[in-house]
Amino acid sequence: MTAVRLLVGTRKGAFTLTADGTRKNWEVSGPHFGGWEIYHVNGSVADPDRLWASQTSGWFGQIMQRSDDGGRSWQPVGNDFTYAGEVGEHLWYDGTPRPWEFKRIWHIEPSRTDPDVVYAGAEDAALYKSTDAGATWTELTALRTHESGPRWQPGAGGMCLHTIILDPVDPDRIFVAISAAGAFRTDDGGRTWQPINKGLRSAQIPDEDAEVGHCVHRLAMHPSRPDVLYMQKHWDVMRSDNAGDQWHEISGDLPTDFGFPIAVHAHEPETVYVVPIKSDSEHYVPDARLRVYRSRTGGDDWEPLTNGLPQENCYVNILRDAMAVDTLDECGVYFGTSGGQVYGSSDSGDSWQPIVRDLPAVLSVEAQVLP
Amino acid sequence: MIRVVLPPHLRTLAQISGEVTVSIEGDPTQRHVLDAIELRYPMLRGTMRDRATGNRRALVRFFACSEDLSNESPDAPLPPEVVAGKEPFLIVGAMAGG
Repeated sequence: MTAVRLLVGTRKGAFTLTADGTRKNWEVSGPHFGGWEIYHVNGSVADPDRLWASQTSGWFGQIMQRSDDGGRSWQPVGNDFTYAGEVGEHLWYDGTPRPWEFKRIWHIEPSRTDPDVVYAGAEDAALYKSTDAGATWTELTALRTHESGPRWQPGAGGMCLHTIILDPVDPDRIFVAISAAGAFRTDDGGRTWQPINKGLRSAQIPDEDAEVGHCVHRLAMHPSRPDVLYMQKHWDVMRSDNAGDQWHEISGDLPTDFGFPIAVHAHEPETVYVVPIKSDSEHYVPDARLRVYRSRTGGDDWEPLTNGLPQENCYVNILRDAMAVDTLDECGVYFGTSGGQVYGSSDSGDSWQPIVRDLPAVLSVEAQVLP
Repeated sequence: MIRVVLPPHLRTLAQISGEVTVSIEGDPTQRHVLDAIELRYPMLRGTMRDRATGNRRALVRFFACSEDLSNESPDAPLPPEVVAGKEPFLIVGAMAGG
């Protein structure tokens, strides 16, 4: 029988949550790597039992873990994320130049077709690729050495490459997003990159046509329409219909357009989910009510989804990698909170249930459908 | 034989219980000890010393014989008691954070 497995990264370890296709009763496994920050856990579409975990610590640095049996056992793989060639400098918070310095891997994106191929996004921003199941990592240097690189500046959370989207049709096309440099696209497998930030408006940037400097929080795409991208920016929810060449705002009637995650329904490319957060100075949901907002029109018109979610005394945040959908016929939607709850919906968001309530603060959630 | 005590997280990572012993010819130094540990347990590379610079990670400390050796030169000789195996070389995660 079909099963769903959620891969959850938290401040103090990784967890897997498993249920059958009804998604009513969940088995919780973990913590794996207890006590370590697990920024992201992700699974291969080509081989769902192959999982990856970014295990990191302010004390002991970056470890990359791989499982070949769906998370029952793990082995550390290569963790040499040395910048290739000249390291170069970017801008620090105070506007002075500062050398790139590796801190951690924020996001892992496995190839859609080859379980041995996987990409990793780093802080300070760089994109790495492994073609040997994680034994070694090679930086795709053309991104970090883009001519705009010396003008990139970290966001409050660091200068992290947090989003990697592999085009499902064109294997040479990859989208990435960096806080607070913006979004970038390669059309030639990473040999060259172009900023794709036209149409973004950020109050902190006087130049309305600034090529870089936008605090992009997350990108999302539906695999059937790789030219349509959705973006949760620091403020503003945005959409592009031409692979990022131009963006327009779709915040519409959202109560606030600040937030972190954005996700697309598995079967409805015009159905989009965000979780509005009060503001960039108050990182919790507005009005103490946890509401996912869904647009079924590709943006602008949003409806609050509240059934099963706390509607009083709630002050959680949902981070950029902490929302995911599954691909069952009735799309499942999942998200984890800074309060350690993981909520799930098995009806496209109409109703929600807490899957687990008391994990450490959730950093990431991914969903797998298992045969 | 030099006795080395790793912090709990690194023991878990390397699947070690208890102390580790390493044998080093000549005049052993911190660098020799860390090189030997990393050679035997490759998964520990980068966890004690920064990958790019080779320097001790900021929140990793070295102690022996009730002394903090963290800021000693990595090429300074280890205390005789450590070389003789009478005292362990302690690799410690600094008390920091919450």
